[in-house]
Amino acid sequence: MNKPIRTISIFCLVLFLALMANATYLQYFRSEALNDRAENQRVFDAAFSRERGSIIVGRDAIAESVPVDDQYEFQRTYNAPFKYAPLTGFFAYAYGASQLERTQNDVLSGEDDRLFVTRLVDLLSNKGTQGGNIRLTIDPAAQDAAAEALSNVPGDVEGSVVALEPKTGKILAMVTAPSYDPNKLASHDKASVDRAWKQLTTDDSEPMLNRGTQKTLPPGSTFKLVTAAAAIEDGLAESADDQVPGGTEYQLPQTSGDTGLIDNEGRSCGTDTIPFTQALGNSCNTTFAQLAVQVGGDKLREQAEAFGFNQDYLEDLRPQAKSVFPDGANEPQTGQAGIGQYEVRATPLQMAMVAAGIANNGVVMRPYVVDEVQSADLDVVETTQPEEFSRAVKSSTAKVLTDLMTYTVNDGTASPAAIPGVQVAGKTGTAQSGQDDVSPYAWFVSFAPADDPEVAVAVMIEKADIPRGEIGGGVIGGPIAKAVMEAVIK
Amino acid sequence: MSTPTASPGTSGLMGFVHRRRRGAELFLLVLALAVGVGAYAAVGIGVKGEVPADMVGYSSWLAALTIAAHLVIRFVAPYADPVLLPVVAALNGLGLAVIHRLDLAAGSASKDVARAQLTWMTLGVILFAVTLIVLRDHRRLTRFTYTSGLAAIVLLLLPMVPGLGKTINGAKIWIGVGPFSFQPGEIAKLLLVITFAGYLVLHRDALALAGRRVLFVDLPRGRDLGPILVMWLISLGVLVFQRDLGSSLLFFGLFLVMLYVSTERPGWLVVGGMLFTLGAAGGYYAFSHVQQRFDIWLSPFSYYRPESGPTSDQLVESMFGMAWGGLLGRGFGEGSPWRISFANSDFIMGAIGEELGLTGVLAVLVMYGLIVERGLRAALISRDGFGKLLATGLAAVFALQVFVVIGGVTRLIPLTGLTTPFLSAGGSSLIANWVIIALLLRVSDLARRPLPDLSTDDESADDESTQVIRL
Repeated sequence: MNKPIRTISIFCLVLFLALMANATYLQYFRSEALNDRAENQRVFDAAFSRERGSIIVGRDAIAESVPVDDQYEFQRTYNAPFKYAPLTGFFAYAYGASQLERTQNDVLSGEDDRLFVTRLVDLLSNKGTQGGNIRLTIDPAAQDAAAEALSNVPGDVEGSVVALEPKTGKILAMVTAPSYDPNKLASHDKASVDRAWKQLTTDDSEPMLNRGTQKTLPPGSTFKLVTAAAAIEDGLAESADDQVPGGTEYQLPQTSGDTGLIDNEGRSCGTDTIPFTQALGNSCNTTFAQLAVQVGGDKLREQAEAFGFNQDYLEDLRPQAKSVFPDGANEPQTGQAGIGQYEVRATPLQMAMVAAGIANNGVVMRPYVVDEVQSADLDVVETTQPEEFSRAVKSSTAKVLTDLMTYTVNDGTASPAAIPGVQVAGKTGTAQSGQDDVSPYAWFVSFAPADDPEVAVAVMIEKADIPRGEIGGGVIGGPIAKAVMEAVIK
Repeated sequence: MSTPTASPGTSGLMGFVHRRRRGAELFLLVLALAVGVGAYAAVGIGVKGEVPADMVGYSSWLAALTIAAHLVIRFVAPYADPVLLPVVAALNGLGLAVIHRLDLAAGSASKDVARAQLTWMTLGVILFAVTLIVLRDHRRLTRFTYTSGLAAIVLLLLPMVPGLGKTINGAKIWIGVGPFSFQPGEIAKLLLVITFAGYLVLHRDALALAGRRVLFVDLPRGRDLGPILVMWLISLGVLVFQRDLGSSLLFFGLFLVMLYVSTERPGWLVVGGMLFTLGAAGGYYAFSHVQQRFDIWLSPFSYYRPESGPTSDQLVESMFGMAWGGLLGRGFGEGSPWRISFANSDFIMGAIGEELGLTGVLAVLVMYGLIVERGLRAALISRDGFGKLLATGLAAVFALQVFVVIGGVTRLIPLTGLTTPFLSAGGSSLIANWVIIALLLRVSDLARRPLPDLSTDDESADDESTQVIRL
């Protein structure tokens, strides 16, 4: 009977080899595909109960994992939640994660390849994987000043403040109003998280929206900086003192009647030609509509795109809304676009990049908010290197634009942002919402000091409890921008 | 394994005898204990951050059980295979640790399954010892060929007795006596191997030689095949009626293997394969639950967390767990094997795959492979036909059971539901498997034992001439 027994032995060997091959397939070759399946709660649970890294601003953690005595072992905690929620985002059990918690998940959870050595040490010393930390570019003083100034606007304000370091593209401050408390979403009490989620997602004021990067609105007169840049690059003016077209009224080409008539809402803009400084200083719509028409839609779009319109550039905070300059605008539309109306839309971050590009001799740096990746022991694993995003204008053009903007602060509409002893360059904007029952949007962009810029700011107020007639970029936005600039410079 | 010896009076068949190797067994047992005790400590450290409070008591108990088993072998089966007991001790110890780990995950409110399992293990070792002590020669089992066949059928019928049978998780394969639940099928499996072996060893020549040739197969006479076929059909029918697909598959395979080995006719495998295909196809069209199993096997994710109806939750969670475990596993306490419902019985390999990784799974498979290999080796060297059939049957039923349950859990084949030998929580399975190991040890002990030197001067001449012929 030995021959059949040997056959049976081989048969059993085949059975066991099949089991081993299948286990190897399942646990090695297919494991990643299975781990990535959306219904795999295990993977998310593990991430949720891990000691997640901290998000650090200055010396303080604005988001950290605190040990607690429950199933998940660690509670994600946000310190100063309202002020930093637009940056940190939330980390919730059933609703996933957003903003930095989402884009930096690999580092925070410890899965990132750059943390391989730390992970190996954790493995060998039989500790749970500890996440790495990220340190932000945020200047806590600027962030405080921006949050404080924004909250001082009367009423339930909706708006945003973004500050950049022109030389590097570092985001120094980014606040938004209204904001929310991500602690309520990170809670381990499922019922209360569900309630908070429902309340936040149905709120009309969209508190979970980071208005600095996710909301585009007509930029109004602040867009005149782009139009002016295009005009100078195109040779229509060479210095701040050159004469540019003026006038109290301008009828857009191919139009007749009120709809195509541009005026200056009573600001002094001469008759035929006026100095460039006066045109920007008094925010002359007639001048910039004419300049836009003269430059042409395509060149104006190219100039806008050189500053970042129609593009994605921010990896650290996702999703990012693209600022828009429309393609194929005809002459009257181009005229409207030249003063930041028609279909032009910009985020506050985009307008801060315009100011920062001018401040940095025409070079726009790619904005970023993650300065350093650190291991759990606070060893720096990687520092983000500033990166040139584009050369938007020649440095001579940038010089002229700076002169125009300092004039605007010293003698024009942007005077509320003036800081004693420091030369500030700025531009106001008051954009028509296009709807009768929606107030105009107040904008303000600026940078300082004008000769060696340290900070560029954009302020956008979408809604505030201010009478319609009194809404203006200078009055509302100027003081906010000033506060932020002072916080950085001092 | 075998080295020639020249000790007088023990000259064996080929001029050498097997050594006892009890020292090797003891050494391997120490390693096996290290697995069991180490796993238990690792569970405590991994889950609660401290060595379990009953560590000393637990380790001593486990050590006492295995050493006792070793001593019994040393005294009553000194030539038995030295690898089987250590492998079984390691598997049983690992199983206890994993069950304990799942107990901890379930919280203090639930019952202590690991403690119950340790009690069953104790009982298993006692029965193991009793088997070895009482049964000094496995051939005595041939006396019980028909008795054990009858007992197997009675056991299989027991769950259908009103008041005694219990339906647990949809399968009507349990009986309840007081607080204990018992799966009589596990014992029946053992009894059927004895029956088949006993019957076939007597009738193998008739089965193989007498009969007509139909197509490629020599069909035996009905009176030779009849009784065994009837017995097999009854047990299979009972199982189909009880919806226990796994055991049906197991018994069918067992019958086929033993028929093939005893008759040495490969044609039986062809016939068996065809019958299996027919049976599977018939089962698929006749029973909706077979269809469900098959559909779940093909597309498990479509049945994951359904609103109602059949669910693949166990299978999918087990696959997720094993994938999550990866090569090295999460480590005890770091995974979430409690997501697999009833992880401590059929799906215990899912829990092992998650927390001990592919490494752990392969190690367990290799240990199972060793048991089967050792069983078949005992069959090869056994000197009597009954021993060969008994050992082959026991090894084959073990291999098939491991394949059916682990293949099902890892989605190699449709899930049918059997216990994982020595790992799964469950008394009947554990006891039956300890007795299976005792029988394998007994067969290997007789096979490796030197032939008693009965030669007188006269007979020695006969012996020599016999040997010449044999060579």
